[in-house]
Amino acid sequence: MKDFAALFTTVDQTTKTSLKTKALADFFRTASDDDKLWTIALFSGRRPKRAVTTTQLREWAAEVGGIPLWLLEESYPIVGDLAETIALTLPPPSRVSDLSLTHWITELKSLAALDIDARKARILDAWDQLDPTERFLFNKLITGGFRIGVSQKLMTRALAQATDQDEASLAHRLMGGWTPETTTYHALIEAEDAEADESRPYPFYLAYQLEDAPDALGQPDAWQAEWKWDGIRGQVILRNGTHHVWSRGEELMTDRFPEFARLTDFLPDGIVLDGEIVAWDGAQPFPFNTLQARIGRKTVPKKLLKDAPVILLAYDLLEHEGQDLRDLPLQERRARMDALLHNLPDDAPIKAAPPLPFDTWETLAHTRATARDNRAEGLMLKRNDSPYLAGRKKGDWWKWKLDPLTVDAVMIYAQQGHGRRANLFTDFTFAVWDGNDLVPFTKAYSGLTDEEFRKITAWVRKNTQQRFGPVRQVTPHHVFEIAFEGIHASPRHKSGISLRFPRMSRWRHDKPLQEANTLNDLKDLLETYG
Amino acid sequence: MVWSAHPTPQVTLGKPLAPGCFAPILNGMANPVLSFTDRGIYCAAGDFYIDPWRPVDRALITHGHADHARPGHRRYLCTEGCAPVMRHRLGTITVDTVKFGEARRIGDAQVSFHPAGHLPGSAQIRVEVGGEVWVASGDYKVAQDGLSEPFEPVRCHSFITECTFGLPVFKWEDQAHVAKDLNAWWSANAAEGKTSILGAYSLGKAQRLLAMIDPQIAPILTHAAVENTNAVLRGQGYRLPDTIQVTPDTNPKDHKGALVIAPPSALGSQWARRFGLSSTAFASGWMRLRGVRRRRAADRGFVVSDHADWNGLMQAISETQAENIFVTHGYTDIFARWLKTQGYNAQVLRTEFGTDEDDTDTPTGDAA
Repeated sequence: MKDFAALFTTVDQTTKTSLKTKALADFFRTASDDDKLWTIALFSGRRPKRAVTTTQLREWAAEVGGIPLWLLEESYPIVGDLAETIALTLPPPSRVSDLSLTHWITELKSLAALDIDARKARILDAWDQLDPTERFLFNKLITGGFRIGVSQKLMTRALAQATDQDEASLAHRLMGGWTPETTTYHALIEAEDAEADESRPYPFYLAYQLEDAPDALGQPDAWQAEWKWDGIRGQVILRNGTHHVWSRGEELMTDRFPEFARLTDFLPDGIVLDGEIVAWDGAQPFPFNTLQARIGRKTVPKKLLKDAPVILLAYDLLEHEGQDLRDLPLQERRARMDALLHNLPDDAPIKAAPPLPFDTWETLAHTRATARDNRAEGLMLKRNDSPYLAGRKKGDWWKWKLDPLTVDAVMIYAQQGHGRRANLFTDFTFAVWDGNDLVPFTKAYSGLTDEEFRKITAWVRKNTQQRFGPVRQVTPHHVFEIAFEGIHASPRHKSGISLRFPRMSRWRHDKPLQEANTLNDLKDLLETYG
Repeated sequence: MVWSAHPTPQVTLGKPLAPGCFAPILNGMANPVLSFTDRGIYCAAGDFYIDPWRPVDRALITHGHADHARPGHRRYLCTEGCAPVMRHRLGTITVDTVKFGEARRIGDAQVSFHPAGHLPGSAQIRVEVGGEVWVASGDYKVAQDGLSEPFEPVRCHSFITECTFGLPVFKWEDQAHVAKDLNAWWSANAAEGKTSILGAYSLGKAQRLLAMIDPQIAPILTHAAVENTNAVLRGQGYRLPDTIQVTPDTNPKDHKGALVIAPPSALGSQWARRFGLSSTAFASGWMRLRGVRRRRAADRGFVVSDHADWNGLMQAISETQAENIFVTHGYTDIFARWLKTQGYNAQVLRTEFGTDEDDTDTPTGDAA
């Protein structure tokens, strides 16, 4: 664990990506295969199963630290991370050990077979031989969310450097449903046959947002335009007679969308499609909140399946007849895809996302303006001859989203953030006027600069009226412009509406409290865009 | 710290934590030795204030930080060690000084100053009236730093304590251990031809760091704000290693591998850019928290504080043998609640302390 803790310390002590990558690559050159495999797993979002609850951890840590539980609970929001709070609260260890990362993960996994008293004894024994940094990491293994400033991309790059492999093909090898229990470092990284896993998706190609008009992209006829749908980006894989569905977040969603099981009836084997999973009303997508109901369910009740059926709006073909097509130009991939999807019956759970015809950037701008009417959030622009790259790359693919909708709203509650934003008030609740009352209608967490968060934090401290646990009710005073992508009716909310992707787009210092928007303004927006 | 922006009543009791906990302990004290006013901590028997934040006739000052030693008072009283820095910072003021432990009679009050260990010359102020003893601690730390006069516990009935770091997650490592880390960081940078830029409060923290580090590694450069304070303390006989003040003419190439000590605000500024390839660090108690370290976006954070840590606060409070504890700036609500569970009459005081650099920009102050 000491080498892993040293790696963490080095990574944590720098903000420079190059230094982080180097430290991680050095680790990959020297660590044991098991530790390397677990490190890859942790930094690609794979974790050991949680062996004890965070409630138990808190209780035990308070007990060992000689403080009441409430005091630990009060410290937690100030530190901003439970694993760290516990690591800092515990008394110094009575002995030292240097057991491997894999040892501690195996230890955690073995707890599942023990009763609660035995689990507690083993956790306390671990704490008593780990230094504060090791304890923090050990606790992180339990509490989950192993986010310590290393992205999967950075880890992949470091691994590519350490193993002299191509970064993109390595990224592909790391995709899919493997866990350290189902593979080995050798099989995953070094072995010749990287195609062993029939469920493995390709790394998604992601687009940057186009900041200005597309004129700078050159001739319009070199480009293809599609709607940018508001669904879930997904890959559908048909291999060996079965199918798999992956989300962009590399979550296997096959069971959530049983509709796609029928794809094997319509399409040949050896196919991978990239597209948008949307709830479909027969002619166009339902608003996103209809799909939302589906995302939350691991198994889908019949009624929901009937009320909110999903389809894939396919826009790319990555594999055909078992061959990787990603290096072919988009127009060729697209032609092959269209040939496959051509003449499918109307009730097939897949459609080709229609390309949008345009001659000039100006006509395309007019099309874009109608995106909301088409249940889209803007346009995608893809160069006709572009290969399918891995990750977010500039140049060939762009998203050209609609300008967001906005309202001016009053901040009424504030709560501190977590992690890097611990001790800063960053999570706010906003309200609009309903007569003389302020009705809360949304929360927002992002959009302000660090400097603005510092200013509002100082203000919140001085203007707290009441506390409800971690939430502070503040004097209604500040008006913020809230930007959002969509608005929907929602009986669960007091205001009767819910917003899609709300964020603070501007701090309206210029706007008096009384001039914030009203609930009626929101209802008008709902009428127009809902 | 949350302050009332409007004038507060003459006696401000601490905010009760929860219904049922409301037990204003001043009720039993018809004539408390110290009371709490909108100008600051007041002694009626001696008609003076301790670290007042609005102009008064007579101010007793615990130490020279700006939130405790404010301008505009008619007469100041502080320790001999504290006066030069105060004159340096506040200009022409009328100052009377006492030695540590020297008793003074002011009106009906007996007053003495005792080392607080916060920085050189810093004091706790003991006030005795009719056999009843109160101590206002100002800011303090119990661990010795090798430069400040070591903290001295003073027995009293009522103790006014800071609690900047009044949470069990704040525990300081041994100073020698941190010094080793600092020297290792500096040496490694020097070996790579990098300048080491260390952000530290210019009064107290900067000099303490100077006294901690190994001056043999490479030259030590200072920001003018730090060097001015160094000059004052050297003039008083405090021993600091040789330093070179950075001026517009300073050529970083003449000082390869140097350590630069500057106020935190100078880091990342135009001023700091002259040093080219460099590694930056902050020295503060807040560096104990990873979130704060990352937000400061420095390469390193060294946990060095001139405030007492959790164990230090508990040790100091216990050694006073006081029954009544008034807690000021820091995690006051939480700390007072903890003290109550430990059998103390604890109460939160709203003050205007807690705005020096160790407190600002950081998770301090939640009195509200």
